[in-house]
Amino acid sequence: MLPSLSDERGPPNSWPRPAGEEEALRRIWQRPGGWRFPTAVNNTVIGALYLGAAFVFFVLAGILALLMRVQLASPGNEVVSQDLYNQLFTMHGTTMMFLFAVPAVEALGVLLLPQMLAARDLPFPRLGAFAVWAYIVGGVVFFSTIFYGLAPSGGWFMYPPLTTAEFSPGAGADFWLLGIGFIEISAIAGAIEIIVGTLRTRPPGMSLEKMPIFAWAMLVFAMMIVIAFPAVILATMFLEIERSFGWPFFSVDGGGDPLLWQHLFWFFGHPEVYIIFLPAAGLVSMIVPTIARAPLVGYRLIVVALVGTGFLSFGLWVHHMFATGLPALGLAFFSASSMAVAVPSGIQLFAWIATLARAERRIRLTTPALFILGMLAIFTIGGLTGVMVAMVPFDWQAHDSYFIVAHLHYVLIGGMVFPLFAAFHYWAPVVSRRRLSEAAGRWSFACMFVGFNVAFFPLHIAGLAGMPRRVWTYAGELGVGELNLVSTCGAFLLAAGILIFVIDLVRNFRFGIGEETNPWGGGTLEFLPQGVYSTRSIPRVTSREPLWDRPALALEVARGQHYLPNAPTGGRETLITSAIEARPEYVIQLPGPSWTQWIAAVFTAASFLLLTVKIVVPALVCGAIAIGACCAWAWQLDKGPGGGPVDIGGGIRVPVYMTGPAGHGWWAMVVLMFVAGSLYLAYLFSYLYIWTGAPEAWPSPSVLPPPGAAVAAIAALGAAVAAYVLAERGLDAGRRMSLLPWCVLLAALLLAAGVGIGLHAQWQAGVRPTASSYAALVYTDSLLNGQLAIAVLIMAGFTAARCWLGKVDLRRRACLENTGLLLRYTAAQAAVGQLLLHAFPRFV
Amino acid sequence: MSPRRQLLSGRAKRRSALAAAMPLAGCDGPQSAFTGAGADAARALDLWSIMLAGGIAIVLLVLVVTLLALAGRGRARRAVASERTVLLAGLWLPVAVLSALLVYGFGLLEQAAADGESDLEIEVTAEQWWWRVVYRHEDGSSTETANELRIPVGRSVRLELHSADVIHSFWVPALAGKRDMIPGRVNELALAAGVPGTYRGQCAEYCGGAHALMSFYVVAEPTAAFNAWLERERADARIDDPAGAALFAAAGCGGCHAIRGTGNRAGIGPDLTHVGGRLSIGAGTLRVSGSGFVEWLRSHQSLKPGNRMPPFEALSDEDSARLAAFLESLR
Repeated sequence: MLPSLSDERGPPNSWPRPAGEEEALRRIWQRPGGWRFPTAVNNTVIGALYLGAAFVFFVLAGILALLMRVQLASPGNEVVSQDLYNQLFTMHGTTMMFLFAVPAVEALGVLLLPQMLAARDLPFPRLGAFAVWAYIVGGVVFFSTIFYGLAPSGGWFMYPPLTTAEFSPGAGADFWLLGIGFIEISAIAGAIEIIVGTLRTRPPGMSLEKMPIFAWAMLVFAMMIVIAFPAVILATMFLEIERSFGWPFFSVDGGGDPLLWQHLFWFFGHPEVYIIFLPAAGLVSMIVPTIARAPLVGYRLIVVALVGTGFLSFGLWVHHMFATGLPALGLAFFSASSMAVAVPSGIQLFAWIATLARAERRIRLTTPALFILGMLAIFTIGGLTGVMVAMVPFDWQAHDSYFIVAHLHYVLIGGMVFPLFAAFHYWAPVVSRRRLSEAAGRWSFACMFVGFNVAFFPLHIAGLAGMPRRVWTYAGELGVGELNLVSTCGAFLLAAGILIFVIDLVRNFRFGIGEETNPWGGGTLEFLPQGVYSTRSIPRVTSREPLWDRPALALEVARGQHYLPNAPTGGRETLITSAIEARPEYVIQLPGPSWTQWIAAVFTAASFLLLTVKIVVPALVCGAIAIGACCAWAWQLDKGPGGGPVDIGGGIRVPVYMTGPAGHGWWAMVVLMFVAGSLYLAYLFSYLYIWTGAPEAWPSPSVLPPPGAAVAAIAALGAAVAAYVLAERGLDAGRRMSLLPWCVLLAALLLAAGVGIGLHAQWQAGVRPTASSYAALVYTDSLLNGQLAIAVLIMAGFTAARCWLGKVDLRRRACLENTGLLLRYTAAQAAVGQLLLHAFPRFV
Repeated sequence: MSPRRQLLSGRAKRRSALAAAMPLAGCDGPQSAFTGAGADAARALDLWSIMLAGGIAIVLLVLVVTLLALAGRGRARRAVASERTVLLAGLWLPVAVLSALLVYGFGLLEQAAADGESDLEIEVTAEQWWWRVVYRHEDGSSTETANELRIPVGRSVRLELHSADVIHSFWVPALAGKRDMIPGRVNELALAAGVPGTYRGQCAEYCGGAHALMSFYVVAEPTAAFNAWLERERADARIDDPAGAALFAAAGCGGCHAIRGTGNRAGIGPDLTHVGGRLSIGAGTLRVSGSGFVEWLRSHQSLKPGNRMPPFEALSDEDSARLAAFLESLR
């Protein structure tokens, strides 16, 4: 059933198009080949690379799982040693969560979002490339530690005190903390890109309520990353600092609390599950309508469900901690919220089934359809066992047993891996010259579906029969030997299914642009004809399934009859539209291929990894090179309003440069401030949490630094903001332009001074970070403010240099604005810190 | 028999019958949550049975609706395709079912909170990778043992759970759900066995190295037998084999292990005062027997890699046998 909601207007641009227009686009968007491949920034290249790397990690972590299953095939088996097994399960979990699941869905976002939104690229192509390369280098080094026996063995959850220097000496835990902390930073970079991309690069007319569900899912996904990941970044900072310098955040002797880690980790860790699941659910919501050849039933309900899941997922982290001995009231609250989160999934499930029921013709069980049906079955069971473990009295039995292993694999493989395989088959034609084989797809599905259930269903029973998780062997008297043997057989069948897929991939996947643009008859924009420039022109959108509702659209777009069919500034561009209604606002000038972001990524990774093995000086050198490369990369941005305004078709003229709240750079900086804010909120939580547990560690007011120090620090911070405002006012008025760079530098120095005064006062008062958890938290405040202040100093130097070289003026001022945003935020955060550190101990 | 005890044992019997009827491997093993021999475990099992039935019903519902969507005809199919059905099956049904379940669950939590009253207290401290068990007596004295708890049937016992190093978790699935043992905190768990028996427990929170080999046994016996055992356990060791005792000291065992009534008072490793009367060696690694002790002395580092006991390979076969016989005699 195709709705007849068609747009009677003609396309915005005339046809035929001027000669050479398409050739120019092709030349501008050309992908660098050969040895210059690392410089590529096109989202199709970067996205495919990202997805490919994530898939390689999936296969590698799967091989680790097979080794574990071989070891567990019979009780008392000795194929794998205890020590290696402990490394295997740590690496399996860590790799699957951090190197496969999150990167894979983020990769799909990078690869598919611009195509679905008919944008030529994401708004920050180099940031995307940076994130991908940093992840690849960091991930490969991290994973390879398993070959040298250097891998972490503290579990993917890394609970202290097991992971403190006392119980886990050696570099394994450091590899986890620095490696994963670093990969999280790369995920945040991707999230910023995706938020701004979905909100600002939609085609004209695609208001929020016409946005494809996958874009909604990615928007929620990215916002969840912004809120959740900082918590675990703070936790990894705490633990690494405790391991390296002995600041007692978690060790009881210094007034720390091991449960702080669990709160921070699961505040990230549970939303993480939905961070993985929501985009996959988004994929299903895209594929199901095409299978049924009918629009999605309950579009609005599904959007509400996605957003609702995002909110609820932050209110149930404690259900990983039911056995820690929390008070009953807390248990009841988190039990209720854990159940509530099942509801949005139920809505989506029945909406998908309802959509299938709308099919007018008999549904063809193609490979994507099979994987979707498999997903419905597996995920339903995983959801039900999830409700079971949300019940506290049952969870006390199931927790940390193989029941949970079974449950989480039903949720994650059912909820994410099966949709991903559906997506591989479904969207392969968008990025491959050939489709994947249907026959191979069916065999692969059959093996995976049967293998999965044989592998994991028995583990529910094994868990309740008393088999705990994370055991390298088990006693024969438990009576779970047969269940484990069956499970191992299933695991190999599952692996065989994946092997069939890999063979199919090798035989049929050829990166490039195929003849067949829309083999499944999809209704969304990624199935428009593609070129290296992505879409030939950016369509005017009037419905949720534009290709169904305007059959001529594909041809019109390919002829260049829609918006921006050319490259008016002579460089890479795409259209920025308003966040809600998607009205054209300006043409964004995108940066092209470059080595800078690649060098920045590789040296950032090198710096982190060298720090892990405590080779400090080369690590600092690498860090400096990375910062230098970032500056070189940013130097080429902020191109100014030079060639605008330009005509994009349909009589619409828009500028080619925009600053202030309408500009994409401003949006990205605001998202970054949210990231910093989440990090600081996690810090405030930690401060209060440790205080509730060990109030005796808090000093009496008499030994606190004098309040005058706080006043001085806050005055310096205020002066920093004042100096910056003065600089901006001067620029607005066009007066004292020569003073502008000096004001900017002065402001940054005042900011650093404000942070320094606070730090110095604590040191003078005799507070030492290794003395107690209180002192460690005091210095963490300075650390968090200090890192932002250093960033502001670098940005201020950069801005001043651009002022001196005449690259900042009344209109071309994005870099001045962004530095100002971060400076203001840092001043505010540091002032809050001073109030906390001086007022809180005096009033409690 | 007190009413409470009757209730306990009656429920427990019903549960064991249920477990026996389940044709599934491992369900009636010594470490199975399907046994439901304790008040807490019985509640979890009741809850499980209800949720399992409900879960199966929901899976069937989803299956039927999906089949209707794929192959159904006419009105039934149109009904599945409507947004009203999505709301009914996806929103209102889960809300109703989950709310009911939640209310029931709150009731169970309240019952669990009421389990805590008890006149018998045992302090259990988890250490990498064994269990230190201390019985507190009314006169303020205490008796230490290891890797084994004896409890009277039908009486609730209050466990005070500690950790000496990293996080562990105390889990005897047949009797009760698990409770974490966290450094710097003291958690409590009420343990009650409705029927006499030997139940196996194991550390359920990954605690590094030999986490997989950190087990213990809980022996539930009638009150009279329990009291007699506690009396014996409280007494010092009866040394029938002075030569063995001398070898124990000479080999350096006393550097870590205590045997009450001898000069060995170290508290680093498990107390061995009545080790011959226990069920297992090495926290569930081997059965107690003469040959078990020999095997442990010879190859404990390969049986339980990474355990904190130094290797004793230098001990001659003859000495190992004599030491093993001595340990076995400590009943």
